[in-house]
Amino acid sequence: MSDPSDPLVRFIEVQKSYDGEILVVKNLNLDIAKGEFLTMLGPSGSGKTTCLMMLAGFEPATHGEITLEGNPINNVAPHKRGIGMVFQNYALFPHMTVFENLAFPLEVRKMGKSDIETKVKQALDMVQLGDFGHRRPMQLSGGQQQRVAVARALVFDPQLVLMDEPLGALDKQLREQMQYEIKHIHESLGVTVVYVTHDQSEALTMSNRVAVFNDGVIQQLAPPDVLYEKPDNAFCAQFIGENNKLMGTVKEKSGGNCVVDISGSGVVHALDVNAGDVGAGTSLSLRPERVEIDPPEGKFPNVFEGKVEELIYLGDHIRTRVNVCGHDDFIVKVPNISDHASLIEGNPVKVGWTIDDCRALDVYEGP
Amino acid sequence: MSEQVMAAAGGGAVLAADGTPLKERLQKTLRRRKLVAAGLVLPLGAFVFITFMFPIVLMLFRSIDNPVINENMPLTAAILEHWDGQDIPGEEVFAALAADLAQARETKEIGRVATRMNFEYSGVRSVFTSTARKAKNMKAPFKDALIKADEKWGEREMWVTLQRMSKPYTSSQYLAALDMRYDIDNNIVMQDEDRQIYVMIFGRTLWISFLVSALCLLLGYPVAYLLATLPLKYSNLLMIMVLLPFWTSLLVRTTSWIVLLQTNGVLNDIFVWLHLIDDEGRIQMIYNQMGTVIAMTHILLPFMVLPLYSVMKTIPPSYMRAALSLGANPVTAYVRVYAPQTVPGIGAGSLLVFILSIGYYITPALVGGRTGQMISNFIAFHMQKSLNWGLAAALGGILLVGVLILYWAYSKIVGVDNMKLG
Repeated sequence: MSDPSDPLVRFIEVQKSYDGEILVVKNLNLDIAKGEFLTMLGPSGSGKTTCLMMLAGFEPATHGEITLEGNPINNVAPHKRGIGMVFQNYALFPHMTVFENLAFPLEVRKMGKSDIETKVKQALDMVQLGDFGHRRPMQLSGGQQQRVAVARALVFDPQLVLMDEPLGALDKQLREQMQYEIKHIHESLGVTVVYVTHDQSEALTMSNRVAVFNDGVIQQLAPPDVLYEKPDNAFCAQFIGENNKLMGTVKEKSGGNCVVDISGSGVVHALDVNAGDVGAGTSLSLRPERVEIDPPEGKFPNVFEGKVEELIYLGDHIRTRVNVCGHDDFIVKVPNISDHASLIEGNPVKVGWTIDDCRALDVYEGP
Repeated sequence: MSEQVMAAAGGGAVLAADGTPLKERLQKTLRRRKLVAAGLVLPLGAFVFITFMFPIVLMLFRSIDNPVINENMPLTAAILEHWDGQDIPGEEVFAALAADLAQARETKEIGRVATRMNFEYSGVRSVFTSTARKAKNMKAPFKDALIKADEKWGEREMWVTLQRMSKPYTSSQYLAALDMRYDIDNNIVMQDEDRQIYVMIFGRTLWISFLVSALCLLLGYPVAYLLATLPLKYSNLLMIMVLLPFWTSLLVRTTSWIVLLQTNGVLNDIFVWLHLIDDEGRIQMIYNQMGTVIAMTHILLPFMVLPLYSVMKTIPPSYMRAALSLGANPVTAYVRVYAPQTVPGIGAGSLLVFILSIGYYITPALVGGRTGQMISNFIAFHMQKSLNWGLAAALGGILLVGVLILYWAYSKIVGVDNMKLG
C-alpha cells in the first residue's frame, strides 16, 4: 500500500483547541519521512508538545487528519499505534527493575520468555547498561535512567519514536553527551524520531530537519544549517542562535537586495528575504560571528563607525558589545586567534559585513 | 591546617581552629538547636505522657494487680501462703479467717472482698457477706463455727480460690479474657462451653474490622482515583463531599443510619413501596452485625480515601501514558503499572481503618444490637456496669497487643517507610 518514498507520518490540516476558544495548533501540515530525525522546536506554549501528544494518541485532534504509513490514526487508541515514546521525566516504572521495565512492552505483546531475554539484553547493551538489569530505576543516575527510557522505547522495534524533552532534567555536560548517543542510536537503527525540545542547540545538534513552532504555527521547517544561516523570518532569527537585530525602514528594493534606513543613523544594504514594501518597517538579522572588526577598505558595502561598550572574555572568542547605528546591544564575536584585533572599552571601532549575511526580515515584536 | 590533617591522618581527633576537638565544637553549636527543638515538643510531650501514656500503663497494671484480698484479709493471706492445697486447712487458718472477716466488716471492705471473690468463684458473694456478719460473735473452734455458718467453707475449691486470690498479683484476669480459668488443682483449663464468650467476641471484632477495611478499600479506591485525576474544579467539589461527613458529628451520622435502616425506616419503606418485599418481610438491617458494618464503613471511609488520595496524587500521569505507549491496553496498564504504585496508600489506609475499627465503641453500641457488639463494648461493660476493672484492663491489654502485632507484621511485610498518611 505504501511507497517507500511516502512520508511515514503526515499531519493534514490539523487543528487543536483545548477550550474551544483558542487554537493551540493552527492548521498544521507536516510530512515526516521514514528514517528522519525531526525536531519540533519552540518556546513553551507554542504547540509543539501538543502535536507530539496528538501523534502519540493522548490528545485527540480537534480538526484534520494524522496518518501513519498512509493510514489515518485519529481513532486508533494509543496502545495500538506501536509508537515508542520517551517522556520528560523518563516515566520508568519505579516498582519494576530495569529488566522488567524493558520486558514490559514485550510481555504485553505476548513474546516468549527467551526471546524477551535476548531482546532486553540487546537493548541494554545498546545503551551500555548491560549489567544494570536487576537494579531499580531509583538506584540509577539521571543519565542512566535516561538511557533506560530510550532503550525501553526502542526495545519493541517501533518504526517511530517520540521524545518529549527527554534531556531537560540532565546537567549540561550529560545533556551534550546524551545528544550524541541518541543521534548515534538513531543513525544505527534507522528509526524515525520526532523530538520535542525548547533547547535550540539540542535541535541543531541532532536533527535532520527542525520545525520551529511559535503561536501554533510552524515558522520554518528546514535542516539545521539552513535554519541558522538563512532564517525566513524574524522569529526564527531571534530564536535560533545569537542574533543582532537592527530596526529600520525599507528605502528601495532592487534585484533581491534592498536598502534599509536605520532611523537616521545611516543606510544598510541587505538581502531582501521577507521585507515589506518600500516604506515598510523591517528588522535586519545579522549573526555576531559574521561581523568583522576593522575590515580592509572596500571589502564590505556595509561599514559603520561604532564605540566599544563592553568586552567579555570567553576563552575561544571575545564577546564585544558595540554601539552601532544607535543600537548599543550590537554584539560582535571576535575569534581568539593569535593576531585578533586588540580592543579597548570606550574606544571607537569600525565594523563591516556583507549583503548576504544581513537579512531583511519581517518585524517580530515578541509575545 | 597541616596539624589538623596530620591529626586526622594519625587517627586522632580532628581539631577545630581554636584547638578544641572538632566533634566537641560541633556538639556545642548543635546543642542550642537541639534545646530549642526539645522545647517546642515539650508541651505536647508532657500532655501526651500525662493524659495518654500514664493512664495506659496504670490500666495495664490494673490487669494484673490484685490487692483486695491481700490487703483486707492479711492474716488469712499470710497463713494460706504456705498451705499445700491438698486438705481443708487447719484451725489456725479458720481462726485467722474469722478475725479477717470481722475486721473487714468493721472497715466496710467486706463488700469489695465478696465481689472480687465472686468474679473468680461465681456465687460466693453471699457466703462472704453472711459469714462476716456472724464472724464477730464466733467462738473457738472456728472451723466448726464457720462451716456451720456456711458449708462452703468445708470445700477445698473455696480455699484453693481464696489462696490464689490472696496473692498480690494475678494472671486470672488475662485467663478470663481468653475464656480460660484455673481448675481446682490450679491447672489452666478452658472455661465451660456455655461460659466462653471473649474469644468469640475477639474473633467477631477482627472479622468486622476486616470487613469494614475491605469495604472501605472497595468503595474508597475509585473515589480516591477520581480525586487524584479529575480537573481541579471537580476534584475540589468531590473532596468537600468526602470531607463533609468527616466534619459531622459521629452521633448524628450513626443515628441517621438508624433512621434509614430500621424496620420501619426509609430504606425498608422504599423497598415495600417498590414491591421488592411485602410489608411482613421487612429486612432487619440494623441492631445486628450488618448495621455495625454499614455504619462503621460509612464513618471510616474518609480514613481510607485520604491516604489513598495522597499517594495517587504523587503518581504522575506519564506512567499510565508510558504504559499505553508501550502497547499495554488500559486495563493491563492500570493493573501492572498504576495499581502497584498505590500499595503504600492501600497499606496505610487499611491499617488505619483496621486499627480504628478494632477499638470502635459508639457505633456498635448504638446500632450493633446483640450480634454487632465488639470487644470495646464489653470493655465498657466491665468498666461501667460490672465494675470488674481488672478484666476490662486485661481485655484492653490483649487488644493493645493485637494492634502492636498487626503493626509489626505490616512493617515487616510492607515497611513503615512505605506508608503514606498524607
